[in-house]
Amino acid sequence: MSGDGLLVPVDSKVHRIPAQVKIVALFVFVLAVVSTPAAHFWAFALYAVLLAAAIVVAKLPLPVVSRRLAVETPFIVFALLLPFVATGPTFDVLGVQLSQSGVLGAWNVLAKGTLGVIAAILLSATTGPRELLAGLERLRLPSTLVAILSFMVRYLNVVSDDLHRMRIARESRGYVGGRAGHLKAVAGGVGALFVRSFERGERVHLAMQSRGYNGRMPLLGEVGATRAQWIEGLTISLVAVTVAVAARVVGL
Amino acid sequence: MLVAIRSQQAKNVRVHVPDGFFDAPTSIATGLIAAGAVGFSLQRANREIRETGPALAGLTAAFVFAVQMVNFPVGAGTSGHLLGGALAAALVGPWTAVLVMSTVLLVQGLLFADGGLTAIGTNITLMGLVTVLVGYFVTRALLQVLPRRTGSVVPAATVGALVSVPVAALCFTGLYAIGGAVDIPLGKLATAMVGWHILVGIGEAVITAAVLGAVVATRPDLVYAARHLQQDLVLVDADGNTSTVSPDKPIAAKPAGRSLGIGVAVTLIVAGGVSLFASAHPDGLEFVGAKLGFESAAKGSAVAGSPLADYGVSGIGNAQVSGALAGIIGVLVTIALGLAIAKVASLRKAS
Amino acid sequence: MSGPAIHVERLVFAYPDGRQALYGVDFTVERGERVALLGPNGAGKTTLVLHLNGILGSVAGGSGSGRIEIGGTGLHREHLPVIRRKVGLVFQDPDDQLFMPTVRDDVAFGPANLGLRGAELEDRVREALVQVGMQDHADLAPHHLSYGQRRRVAVATVLAMRPEVLVLDEPSSNLDPASRRELSDILTGLDVTLLMITHDLPYALQLCERSLLMDGGRIVADGRTRDLLGDAELMNAHRLELPYGFDPLSVPGPEGR
Repeated sequence: MSGDGLLVPVDSKVHRIPAQVKIVALFVFVLAVVSTPAAHFWAFALYAVLLAAAIVVAKLPLPVVSRRLAVETPFIVFALLLPFVATGPTFDVLGVQLSQSGVLGAWNVLAKGTLGVIAAILLSATTGPRELLAGLERLRLPSTLVAILSFMVRYLNVVSDDLHRMRIARESRGYVGGRAGHLKAVAGGVGALFVRSFERGERVHLAMQSRGYNGRMPLLGEVGATRAQWIEGLTISLVAVTVAVAARVVGL
Repeated sequence: MLVAIRSQQAKNVRVHVPDGFFDAPTSIATGLIAAGAVGFSLQRANREIRETGPALAGLTAAFVFAVQMVNFPVGAGTSGHLLGGALAAALVGPWTAVLVMSTVLLVQGLLFADGGLTAIGTNITLMGLVTVLVGYFVTRALLQVLPRRTGSVVPAATVGALVSVPVAALCFTGLYAIGGAVDIPLGKLATAMVGWHILVGIGEAVITAAVLGAVVATRPDLVYAARHLQQDLVLVDADGNTSTVSPDKPIAAKPAGRSLGIGVAVTLIVAGGVSLFASAHPDGLEFVGAKLGFESAAKGSAVAGSPLADYGVSGIGNAQVSGALAGIIGVLVTIALGLAIAKVASLRKAS
Repeated sequence: MSGPAIHVERLVFAYPDGRQALYGVDFTVERGERVALLGPNGAGKTTLVLHLNGILGSVAGGSGSGRIEIGGTGLHREHLPVIRRKVGLVFQDPDDQLFMPTVRDDVAFGPANLGLRGAELEDRVREALVQVGMQDHADLAPHHLSYGQRRRVAVATVLAMRPEVLVLDEPSSNLDPASRRELSDILTGLDVTLLMITHDLPYALQLCERSLLMDGGRIVADGRTRDLLGDAELMNAHRLELPYGFDPLSVPGPEGR
């Protein structure tokens, strides 16, 4: 796993929007999607169009987006089960009894989940880790939490590399014993990984102290976003909110 | 080889709640719970973080993140991966662990688009708060009855891990009763979730035991839950004289016990309330909707009206109540079983 | 503010897990000296060095005793900020030292803690990066740098604080020959007191006129690097070995310059 997250390093309008604006925009957008009643199919079509437009503007290659959708898999399984287990009136498809609310529910979970994941991919593919941290800092996330986040992101690679090296070392020697031996070897490796990570954490703290760390991390984001940037970044989200409100009104 | 291929495929699949799985009010409510919990943990862990530095928590988070990607062979050709809540609690203490787990979930959600953004609160509540607090509470409670030595932390945390997963599953069911998008019989859901997650919990317990065992074997002083069990040090000075000194004192270990007890009590009361509420109001969505003034939303969805009404009339059904009961009994049996295993394990080690 | 750059007396220390690392260490380093700290693995070298700016030891709440003075200032809790500005510590693994998102953030970390802001801070960062030749990589994340580059940035993070004493833990380890030579060029160009832990004996001879030999948590020898390396009996007794074909008596050292 790279410490760069899913970042696609190209230059685009979306990439240039300050991270705090993008985080708020994403949140508002997803909230609009989530609060739209499931039966208003046209609203979801509009959301999808909005996201597609944003992906084009952000110059994101489609494979990057589609590959990440795999994180949804367990919930697709859950969604596909819904028509069979949900209660209420049923109807017949090829001799199988399906619940009406279950089918709608499956659609609900699939549509909203997928839109949510794509929106999140849009954020993570256009925002580098440092900008993301600076954005969270601007959004007044507690500084200690930002600091922990920043160390985690910084050392993801290092810890993953340690893990990788240990696995190679283990596999190149071959497993001993049966399944229990295998489990013991893997878990022992993970235990050693914790000790390594912990000791590195201690050393990093020593390195910080020796450079005068006094309990306060320096700020990452010096400049705020301008009003124009806020408006630009929130456009899609505001359209989504309008769609959601319209869906409610039409739904009445 | 087959196992290897399978584990490669399963690598990136982590069970995070996506957007839209729960309705907006539930997402916002769990978001508030998560924010409150993180704020409280920051305050509780403040002194500790000032002494050990935020780097340590960050590294622990990176460790948990990496370990969640490791597939452990659990048996019968299947492999599981660790959630790590109970393990983190035993290793770095409950409050830092809540921060660590929240950090992991935030990074997964924001940097890797894993788990919905509006569901981050739900994910933190279930995987960052419930598993950590339940795991740690059970661990500390067991340490009271087990022999007073560092090694005891292994069976104690094992049971903590075992219990933490089905309890989180029960909380998930409770949330679903309030804010699930579709009505499915809650009894069935609770039974299925808890039943399945007892299996997951066994995997979690086995892995936690093995990992913690490895840490205790090499650096027992790093295990937060067992720091109060450490031996004094013998120091030899420049002239060869020896003296005994106590090791670095565990920081803020004592106050954690009490407020943790309160925290767990509140969690259990809330969880219990949710379960009761769920079985008393099978149509949780509509009930909460009416309470919060979202009635129009519920009516707005084209199909929702009639089936939901029917559902209310057709009644709770004994199956549901007994199902929910079965879930709770399942958790209690798990705890009892875990206690028994821990007792046997400690007896065997002592002899 | 006079006195030797480093003065250590009867230093004793045990780690929290009960392992004792220092059994009474005494030595003095005068201002402007370059001293190598030699010794086998586990001799206590890194532990000793971590005491010099009060990270380990009784001043940090650890289990130990003894006395340390830096530039005439005793190491006490109230002097810690001053001491930490005077003593710059470069850790063995640059990944321990580079903890911020980018090179620039990292080099700025120390001076920002000293209270520098704005243009003054930027100048300080730039100056330090120029000293190690990394000014073109300021916006990169540490994991996008090579190992040698990370080591140089690690030195820059410390130089940005303008220390009086520079302490390095195995600076030449894991470097390819070119990076190793580049680093020695950087180090010889600095006007500071230098204490350097190393297993790289030719490097010690090239950079440091004097060496301390440590084993079992004590200083066991103190003298001219050339004399120490030439004493086969002493070397053997403390598991130190010269590279094949290397004769410390026939190569030029720092005293020849």
